[in-house]
Order: sequence, then structure tokens, then C-alpha cells
Amino acid sequence: MKFTRRDALAIGLGATAVAMLPMRASAAVDEAIAAFTGGAEVGAGDITLTAPEIAENGNTVPVSVDAPGAASILVLASGNPTPGVAKFTFGEAAGSQSASTRIRLAGTQDVVAIAQMADGSFIQASSTVKVTIGGCGG
Amino acid sequence: MASGVKPRVKVPKTAAAGDTVTLKTLISHKMESGQRKDGDGNLIPRSIINRFTCDFNGKSVIDVTLESAISTNPYFEFDAIVDAAGDFKFTWYDDDGDVYETTKSIKVA
Repeated sequence: MKFTRRDALAIGLGATAVAMLPMRASAAVDEAIAAFTGGAEVGAGDITLTAPEIAENGNTVPVSVDAPGAASILVLASGNPTPGVAKFTFGEAAGSQSASTRIRLAGTQDVVAIAQMADGSFIQASSTVKVTIGGCGG
Repeated sequence: MASGVKPRVKVPKTAAAGDTVTLKTLISHKMESGQRKDGDGNLIPRSIINRFTCDFNGKSVIDVTLESAISTNPYFEFDAIVDAAGDFKFTWYDDDGDVYETTKSIKVA
């Protein structure tokens, strides 16, 4: 097989397009995070995000978050067409700052959880989920 | 999507005062994400439950903002502190303005 200049150009363009895709997704995630934190720095801390390593069906992926002392927890799916998943706000009668639900994932991606602590600081955790069949009907 | 929406809630019947109990809720709902297309290639409009709240004797337990990435038949599991006998009130808010409510009583043994 001959490797022509036209081929090289096509490969180069393809690689650029592939590199652009995750960048666009992460921009939306950054926006969602900034809207939640108001630009404050997000550190690490006592927050647990439990998600399966491999999800066969992206339509229902069980996830749970647990952040003792959190006022609210935001869950984002970085690879979805819209990154927002859910925001849990805990009230005074909450027994623990944890919750479980089932979410949709469009494909293999990182799921991110950010907790706002009672003192106003933010901590985050993330987990990579491999999805065999995506759940966005695309 | 006001038809066939049926909330189901699991709350223990009794608890000791000061106990933490686990609540499980499920509501049947399509949760149309707004990303899918029908047979003719037209986008199916978004129709989801956008908010879920749980109160115990008027005090908030949890308030969840739902996005379209929540699965069909939204399921939630969370904990609450029971300091006295009373009622848990669960409320779901639909995109189309409908509100689905259910209450469960708990006794203190």
C-alpha cells in the first residue's frame, strides 16, 4: 500500500477531530463544575463514589455517593451529551450524606462527584466506567 | 406523561427513636431524555421528572435535582434520622407541571 500525501492529510485531520471531541466534552464539564463551585478550588477529601467498573447496559448504571459532612453533592457524567446527572441536597433530617440512584451513560467515561461541605469547601472523586452499550439512544 | 406514573416507597414500619433508617423510592416514569429520535428522525422532546424531595415531619431529608441522565423509573436510596413518630412525605415534580405525592408513616417502638 502506497502512503500518499492525501492519506497523510486525512489521517492528520482525523486525529485532530478525535483530539477535539474529548476537549469539547470536558469544557461542558468544567462549566458545570464552575457553576456549582462558583470558581472555588476543588480538593480531595472524604468522598466516595461507587460505580461499577464495567456496565453492560448504559441505560441503568447504579451509582452511589457518600460524603460525610457534605451539604450537597453534584454528580456529573463527563462523556454524556449533557454532563449533568443529579444534585443531592441534604436536609436536617438526613441520616447520612449518602444516596444511591441509577444513571444513563452514553459510553465509556469518567463519572465525577463533587461535594460541597458544610464549611463551604469542595471535594471531588471520580470513577471510570466502561460501558458496553450506550444509553442515550444515539 | 401523566398516565401510569406510580410512586413506590419502602419505609420501615417501626424504628427506635434516634435511629437512622434507609428509605428506598421508585417511580415509574419514561424519563425521555430529549436525545432520542423517533422513526422519522425527529427529536422526541424531553419529558423527565426534574426534582424529587423527601420531608419528615416538615423537615427536609433530601432534595434532588434530576437531569436527563437519570435512568427510566428513577430510583433513590438514602438515609433519614427518625427522632419521633411521624410521616415521610415524598414529592416528585414532572417537567409538564404534574406533582406526584405519597406519604408513609413510621412508628417509634
